[in-house]
Amino acid sequence: MGVTEQGLLERDKDTMTLNMGPQHPSTHGVFRVVLEMDGEIVKSAEPDIGFLHTGIEKTAENKRYIHCIPMTDRLDYLSPPQNNLAFCLTVEKLLGVKELPARADYLRVIMCELGRIGSHLVWLGTHALDIGAMTVFLYAWREREMILDLNEMISGVRMMTSYIRVGGVAKDATPEWLDGVRKFVDYFPAKVDEYESLLTNNPIWLDRTRGIGTMTKEEAVLWSMSGPVLRASGLNWDWRKRKPYSRYDEFNFEIPTQDHGDIYDRYLVRVEEMRQSREIIKQALDNLPDGPYKLEDNKISLPPRDTLHTSMESLIHHFKLVSDGVKVPKGSAYVPTEGARGEVGFYIVSDGSNTPYRVKLRAPSFMGIPGMCKMMEGAFIADVVAIIGSIDIVMGEVDR
Amino acid sequence: MIDDILNFLDPYWWLIIGVVKAVIIAVGLLSTVPLLVWLERRLMGRFQVRLGPNRVGPFGLVQPMVDAIKLLFKENIVQKSADKFLFYLAPAIVVFTAIVTFSAIPFGEPFEVGGETIGLWGANLNIGLLFIFAVSSMGIYGIVIAGFSSNNKYSLMGGLRSSAQMISYELTLGLTALCVVIMSGSLNLYDIVKSQSSMPYAIPLFPAFVLFFIAGVAETNRAPFDLPEAEQELVAGFFTEYSGMKFAMFFMGEYVNMITMSALVTVLFLGGWNSYIPGLDIPILVFAFKVFLLLCVFIWLRSTFPRIRYDRLMTFGWKILLPSSLVIMLVYSAVKVYSLSA
Repeated sequence: MGVTEQGLLERDKDTMTLNMGPQHPSTHGVFRVVLEMDGEIVKSAEPDIGFLHTGIEKTAENKRYIHCIPMTDRLDYLSPPQNNLAFCLTVEKLLGVKELPARADYLRVIMCELGRIGSHLVWLGTHALDIGAMTVFLYAWREREMILDLNEMISGVRMMTSYIRVGGVAKDATPEWLDGVRKFVDYFPAKVDEYESLLTNNPIWLDRTRGIGTMTKEEAVLWSMSGPVLRASGLNWDWRKRKPYSRYDEFNFEIPTQDHGDIYDRYLVRVEEMRQSREIIKQALDNLPDGPYKLEDNKISLPPRDTLHTSMESLIHHFKLVSDGVKVPKGSAYVPTEGARGEVGFYIVSDGSNTPYRVKLRAPSFMGIPGMCKMMEGAFIADVVAIIGSIDIVMGEVDR
Repeated sequence: MIDDILNFLDPYWWLIIGVVKAVIIAVGLLSTVPLLVWLERRLMGRFQVRLGPNRVGPFGLVQPMVDAIKLLFKENIVQKSADKFLFYLAPAIVVFTAIVTFSAIPFGEPFEVGGETIGLWGANLNIGLLFIFAVSSMGIYGIVIAGFSSNNKYSLMGGLRSSAQMISYELTLGLTALCVVIMSGSLNLYDIVKSQSSMPYAIPLFPAFVLFFIAGVAETNRAPFDLPEAEQELVAGFFTEYSGMKFAMFFMGEYVNMITMSALVTVLFLGGWNSYIPGLDIPILVFAFKVFLLLCVFIWLRSTFPRIRYDRLMTFGWKILLPSSLVIMLVYSAVKVYSLSA
């Protein structure tokens, strides 16, 4: 059987071991999976992670809370505001902050939903590319570019915005930025229709996605799936509705669900989510309240810059916050939020100092990997990449 | 002196003309490849709201040449575990068969120079169609050998896929081409073109034309049937381990095959160099224009469709394409028999 001395096929077994990744065009970064193949059919799949280990959770133990925020951007690097938000909400819970100014919450919501659209656009593009439709990829990139420009306008950074801070947001939104967001909101729906016209009824796309990687509602719960994967399996579960944070209860939007739990349903759910996110942004823009954009408690958020020269207290607070940071009371907290990929939440243990004692991320991609490998069993090798794409893993938050 | 040479050469004119023609066809074909690559990249750029190559030379025309030069100067890498002889042989087979296939395709009326009739084809074979099928299906050996000799599992799977694919789609290709043979009563491509002087076969044989083109796309391993080299699944399929000029040869083979397939469709179904528009009869240009249009369709398909899955490809080939082409073939033979007897 063997071609040369090394042998292509082992004689003692009927299957072929195929190593996929970490260097492979469609394992979304550095995901490695060892497939046991029978011809083109996968018998078993064993995931191997850790190639992108950054040690962010461990590093966080030596960083002040404010310094942890830029690191959370690098976890799920496709929707960074969501990680900022999950982290800040947890710290605020530990600090005992009951309510933020309405404008702060609305700006957070706009950023998070823009992040969700951006993330779903990357997913749509790469997922379609994995299945071989390369044009959708560039169309999705075109719209994502607008979101990145908006990010740059408001925070100075295109991807790792670190815009959401403990006690509010980094700076107030400018009228130009709000105009830009409105332009995007008006422009975007027609583009979603365009993606759909390329894929939704395309027979090859249907053929490649329908009935593949199926997961029933019970299985999805059992395998700790969350987010769009769970909703595609028929469970209407979204933290924005279940346990609203950041005034999500003030917005009128729907949670799309599907019944079959296959790749196609996940596709439909995510495309609809992009539309719903756009609805949320539109409402947030229409009803954006005036007022402060962060807490006025100067023990938590920096005092206004112009008061530093006139107010002794402001100067002291500024100095203490910058040099020493926020002291968070002893305790632990976890706040679940609905990220682009599912439930994102930080479990933070505080020992009362200005650095967290332990930070643990509940990453939807990480939790999705076992279920994903289960879906791969019995699938074709072409389905393997489709399944990886449909779970939408981001290795940044898997290896942390 | 010159007379002596001419006298000496007299019995060998056919040989000289043949050699010149062979060189012209091979060089012409190979120099069309960079143009086609450029066309594809520019056109795909337009489809995908981007520019495509536009930096090197006017409109980026020199880009493919520059790429080829880069590949030429790359280090020649053959991994230890590869079967060296076969590893080198595979790209040669692919390019060789691709070019030889084209030699049987006529692309214009013969003309006379100094008493010698020169046909615009490499060889006017009375079994031209059979020759093309015979040679082009040999190209698959290159792919299978590449997949096998690389000693790489991805390459192996690419090779396996392509052999399965080519075998299943060649049947459809043959059966639909048979419709043309039935209508024209000849296997000679020149005669086939001549018999379309009033109307291209694409009109009476429309179903066969469509099926032939679909099978042709599959035969050339182009999207959406590009499974043997499915980048997202098999990294690069059968040429995963190839780099430098050997890679470029596979690349070249694929594009030459595209041109050959377009030329074959033009000859069989679109009436070759017959222009059908009075006054517009520069044979070679008409032929080239038709080929160009078909190539654009190839590129258009690639930028629109996702890739078909392996098992669906086989189902589609055997359960849909083959039976329908068989039915079409039988219907046209019945029509032919009826018209002959009437």
